[in-house]
Amino acid sequence: MRYLDEFRDGDLARRLADDITRIVTRPWAIMEVCGGQTHAIIRNGIDQILPPEIELIHGPGCPVCVTPLEVIDQAIAIAARPGVIFCSFGDMLRVPGSSRDLFQVKSEGGDVRVVYSPLDAVRLAQAHPEREVVFFAIGFETTAPANAMAVHVARQHGVRNFSMLVSHVLVPPAIAAIMTAPRNRVQAFLAAGHVCAVMGLRGYPALAERFHVPIVVTGFEPLDVLEGIRRAVRQLEAGEARVENAYARVVTDEGNTAAQRMLAEVFEVSDRAWRGIGTIPGSGWRLADAYREFDAAIRFDVGGIRTAESPLCRSGEVLQGALKPNECPAFGTTCTPRTPLGATMVSGEGACAAYYHYGRFRAAAPTA
Amino acid sequence: MAETALPGPGGGPDFESWACPLPLRDYPRVVLGHGGGGALSEELVRHLFVPAFGNPALDALGDASLVDVPAGRLALSTDGFVVRPLVFPGGSIGELAVNGTVNDLAMRGATPLYLTAGFVIEEGLAMSVLGTVVARMAAAAAAAGVQIVAGDTKVVERGHGDSLYVTTTGVGVVPSGLPPIGPAQARPGDKVLLSGSIGDHGIAVMSVRESLAFETAIVSDCAALHGLVGCILHDDGRIRVLRDPTRGGLAATLNEIATASAVGIVIDERRVPVKPEVRGACDLLGLDPWHVANEGKCVAVVAADAAAEVLAAWRAHPLGRDAAIIGEVEAGRPGLVATRTSLGATRVVPMPLGELLPRIC
Ligand code: SF4
Repeated sequence: MRYLDEFRDGDLARRLADDITRIVTRPWAIMEVCGGQTHAIIRNGIDQILPPEIELIHGPGCPVCVTPLEVIDQAIAIAARPGVIFCSFGDMLRVPGSSRDLFQVKSEGGDVRVVYSPLDAVRLAQAHPEREVVFFAIGFETTAPANAMAVHVARQHGVRNFSMLVSHVLVPPAIAAIMTAPRNRVQAFLAAGHVCAVMGLRGYPALAERFHVPIVVTGFEPLDVLEGIRRAVRQLEAGEARVENAYARVVTDEGNTAAQRMLAEVFEVSDRAWRGIGTIPGSGWRLADAYREFDAAIRFDVGGIRTAESPLCRSGEVLQGALKPNECPAFGTTCTPRTPLGATMVSGEGACAAYYHYGRFRAAAPTA
Repeated sequence: MAETALPGPGGGPDFESWACPLPLRDYPRVVLGHGGGGALSEELVRHLFVPAFGNPALDALGDASLVDVPAGRLALSTDGFVVRPLVFPGGSIGELAVNGTVNDLAMRGATPLYLTAGFVIEEGLAMSVLGTVVARMAAAAAAAGVQIVAGDTKVVERGHGDSLYVTTTGVGVVPSGLPPIGPAQARPGDKVLLSGSIGDHGIAVMSVRESLAFETAIVSDCAALHGLVGCILHDDGRIRVLRDPTRGGLAATLNEIATASAVGIVIDERRVPVKPEVRGACDLLGLDPWHVANEGKCVAVVAADAAAEVLAAWRAHPLGRDAAIIGEVEAGRPGLVATRTSLGATRVVPMPLGELLPRIC
């Protein structure tokens, strides 16, 4: 843990910020793609120690935020069925569907459980052969290998009462979508270190070249994030657009090839809807044909559930950096963490919630 | 305990000497009859609770207990305990039930004197587990110098409870001269102190949850705090607020004080002690250590000129060795808690919403 503390050292952080101030000559807009980085930025106040030229745009990298409303509604429909044990990571429970959330389903008698690993859900299925156990498989390339493994293990052990509601999303197509959006302002990306730990740098050099945009693979501790920003600024100032790995202690070029093989076995690339953004071609995974029998959407026939977003919520623009959360008319009034309209206000890592919690009083930061 | 008179000598069967073909004392699990008010209830009370908690007031087994109370103002508090698992590293529901209520009394400056205890037991609970919990309660009460003077036992059908719930009510006395201590008493300029590292209890309990077992050396900080409080109490009014940051953790406690006193609170994040193992576990689970529960820590808001004295007294106390001055109270932004981060930036510390929900990644 001492190791971690080194990456949170305040003096080193300020030196890095000074460095950035020294090399920056004009305004730059940099997007951190990942919700974990947004969290680190807001929690530590990294944006406050950066020079005013650097604008950080919080990207779509929070899996909770980008899971479409209709998938939440599908999850709720499955969870409400008698005989089902519905398993999810904790932070999905409070995300509102169109009329209620999974917590409410639980209070109404649904068997909704928080698990910490998809394999726990498989074990539950083994322990309760008379019930249907469903795992809510959301997330980026990071959480996908464990989910793929769970399906694989279920097949190997002949666990027939286990299935998954899959809504996985992929980062590189999202970067392409952001760069081609008409109102795009992003000039450089901090790529998510843990995604690259799994997938390696695959796909990123092509993006950097095609859009002439620097992409710096970055970790999650304050110093990691600052170092990522420093390298991005250096490239921007020099007119370069390369993929740089600022997280080499975790990320290799090839990534985790065993995990990649597992993913290729169980999943196949599909078009995927992103909450607030819309469908991005080739930006998700679904279960491969050979594993369709584990698809909860098919097993429970909820694929037909379609839901429209609140017309008030502008999280799509927020997720693409076209709108700051506090510029949304609903921000802090009809939309608060207690009464969220969009998922970006629900998740603690969502840009709107982060602004609400931590940024609300920033202008009047205490001087004491 | 629920009181049922034994049939006296010459008035029906004498259970004490009668040899039952099914020995009452040898039930390995709690059965419905243990809460039925009959012989089995009697058995449970006489052979489990009374010997464990034994004191003259309880031994009398009257409908209510009569106790002596010194002069001053009565402090009363009640709390229900539903922790899972019942026994965890560093404690059990038994210690929590005693220390939790003792601490609620101590946070108002009261000297805790007596407790009552209510047990809601689910049919089927292993008698050995109940015995362990009761023994630990007794030990915690003895260590805290309080007596458990009355109680109640109910047994609910299997499936209608979660093995064991304990409710304790506590009575204490606040010396008449002591100025009010409470969450609304903080004033601008006061200092905020914390008696030690945060998050230990919550992480210790989580580390042994069925779905979440992970290895850690962290044990619960569960402890009675009236000694720690007693060594700083003064009748000069310089101790304004005492709170134990239990559920909701430090973040909730500071927000409650800021709201109740209509003041701002600014904490220096670097001064808040968090054990490296706790921080590591929180990082892993995506939790904020400021939101994690504590059962043996105290937050004090004291007048600026009392801060050094309180700090020294706490550091000399076994439960306050890692005590620190973590921040101060300010007049601006009433109701707002802010923290200076290790990078020198400032952010708001929001009131936690409710349940601790580990993040997905
Ligand atoms: S503030 Fe609320 S309504 Fe506005 S974009 Fe964010 S989540 Fe949507």
